[in-house]
Amino acid sequence: MSPGAPDLTVDSVTGIDVSLAVAGPGARSYAFLIDWHIRLILAFAWYACGALLFNGRLSLAVPATPSGRWFVLVLLPAAAIYFLYHYVLELAMRGRTPGKRVAGVHIVTRDGGAPGAGALLTRNVFRLVDCLPICYGVGLVAVAVTREHLRIGDMAAGTLLVYERTAAAAPAEFVSHGKLDATGMEIVQELLARWEALEPEARAGLARRVLSRYAPGEAGEAGDGAGAAGDGEALRRRLARLVGA
Amino acid sequence: MSVRSNGAARERALTGNLMKRAALWRDADARARRLARGRTDDAGDATRMADDYRLLAHDLARVRTLLPESRAREYLEAAYARAHATLHHGAWRAGSALLTLFRDELPGVVAALMPYIVWSTAIFVLTVAAGYALVHRYPELIALFASPDLIASVEHGRLWTAGLLNVVPSSVLSVQILANNIVVSLIAYCAGFFFGLGTLYILGLNGLMLGAVFAFVSRHALAGQLAAFIVPHGCVELSVMCLSGAAGAAVGEALVRPGHATRIESFRVAALSSGKLLAACAVLLVGAGLIEGFVSPDPRFPLWSRILIGVGYWALMLALLSGRLLPRPHAR
Repeated sequence: MSPGAPDLTVDSVTGIDVSLAVAGPGARSYAFLIDWHIRLILAFAWYACGALLFNGRLSLAVPATPSGRWFVLVLLPAAAIYFLYHYVLELAMRGRTPGKRVAGVHIVTRDGGAPGAGALLTRNVFRLVDCLPICYGVGLVAVAVTREHLRIGDMAAGTLLVYERTAAAAPAEFVSHGKLDATGMEIVQELLARWEALEPEARAGLARRVLSRYAPGEAGEAGDGAGAAGDGEALRRRLARLVGA
Repeated sequence: MSVRSNGAARERALTGNLMKRAALWRDADARARRLARGRTDDAGDATRMADDYRLLAHDLARVRTLLPESRAREYLEAAYARAHATLHHGAWRAGSALLTLFRDELPGVVAALMPYIVWSTAIFVLTVAAGYALVHRYPELIALFASPDLIASVEHGRLWTAGLLNVVPSSVLSVQILANNIVVSLIAYCAGFFFGLGTLYILGLNGLMLGAVFAFVSRHALAGQLAAFIVPHGCVELSVMCLSGAAGAAVGEALVRPGHATRIESFRVAALSSGKLLAACAVLLVGAGLIEGFVSPDPRFPLWSRILIGVGYWALMLALLSGRLLPRPHAR
């Protein structure tokens, strides 16, 4: 999530607004590039398989006199995959595509809901303007200069690309253990979640600091041999015991 | 000192109590996910959703204050956003979204765009007449509008459409035509983004070409044959041209004369509304393309059947646009 990205704030009847982080040019381009590769590969795969079957030999060449069957069975589906990819998938996947899923973004309306069929079609039709003059030049400039990072298609359809909020794992239910409070539990859970990604010395140091604050007795039991694998595992077990995991 | 430590103890207690509700959050989020995907039709789930929404809102407000930089906040923000979307927008299915578009929204869009449809049709008819008059008066101008092959074919007393099926199979012809027409239709709409001038150009150019070609073939006594070729698919194809032009003109006018709204807001309202018409245009052009590939160039179809197909398909188009083809179910 880019730090400077604005939020889409949606009012709600409870008085607590819904906050969605708007995706910037980077996330958009990333999603588009993934989708572009997927549709290109799928379209080419269809064409290649069709051509091989149709020609009956190892050749992807168009027959000297292409028949209607060649056109309808080989060329047309490949073109349809390439050109209708965004139209069909965004409609079928509630404003998402495989590329958008990987980039962690999806399309929403200004009230935070999934856009309707009309909005999705309008958004995609305006790719004709966004892709001018080459390589989505107009779209990229529009995304860069607008506060909410909108391309022309988004302006036309009243949609925005926002980040999916799926990063956080569900928090465990808090059960008080000695000095451990809810904030401490957050810290311990965060440390356990990132345990494997941290350097052994760093995680052992962090674990000792956490244990000395919330369970001083446990910190001493872990031993002083920093860097030893067994010691690290003992610290991890003690942290897990602390939050009842 | 004691006041401060009391405050900290109170905050710890509040935070602890709040975090004890994590299991409720997980249940609420799971329910919202099930309902959003339409994977449950349990009335109990739907009823509990409203309570879940209030619970999540309440706890999110407290977490924003007590644990502003926490994973719990991140989780609750996501769960609350999902519950909000589920409660306010319901489950989403592509089929029902398309049905809503064609059955519920399209007739209203057509009614709202009626002045633009009338104007773009008038411009198209005028440019057809202008093209006809120009080439009728100055036949050499046909070179501006038609290809040398077309001109040579007509000068030899044959329409370029004659024997078309001997060269290209109907299926190929249909797809080529419908793809081309859909692209022209989409461009006519999107060109409205250039303050309506692009739409006007495309509408005018197509009108001039049609009028010019008709004038040219009528000089060689082939107008009847051309009309017989055009009638089955042309009634809808030309109407769709005017509809796309109307949608583009609405977008153009929103940019030229935004009224009280900002230019972008005005553009958004006009484009979103008129863009829905484009979906109908694309569907109609698929049918017109199939007719143009399979019926129009086939000499086995007599004139009466061509007129029947053309007018019948046009009536179907009117029924779709007016909402009579897909009537809305009566409210109980």
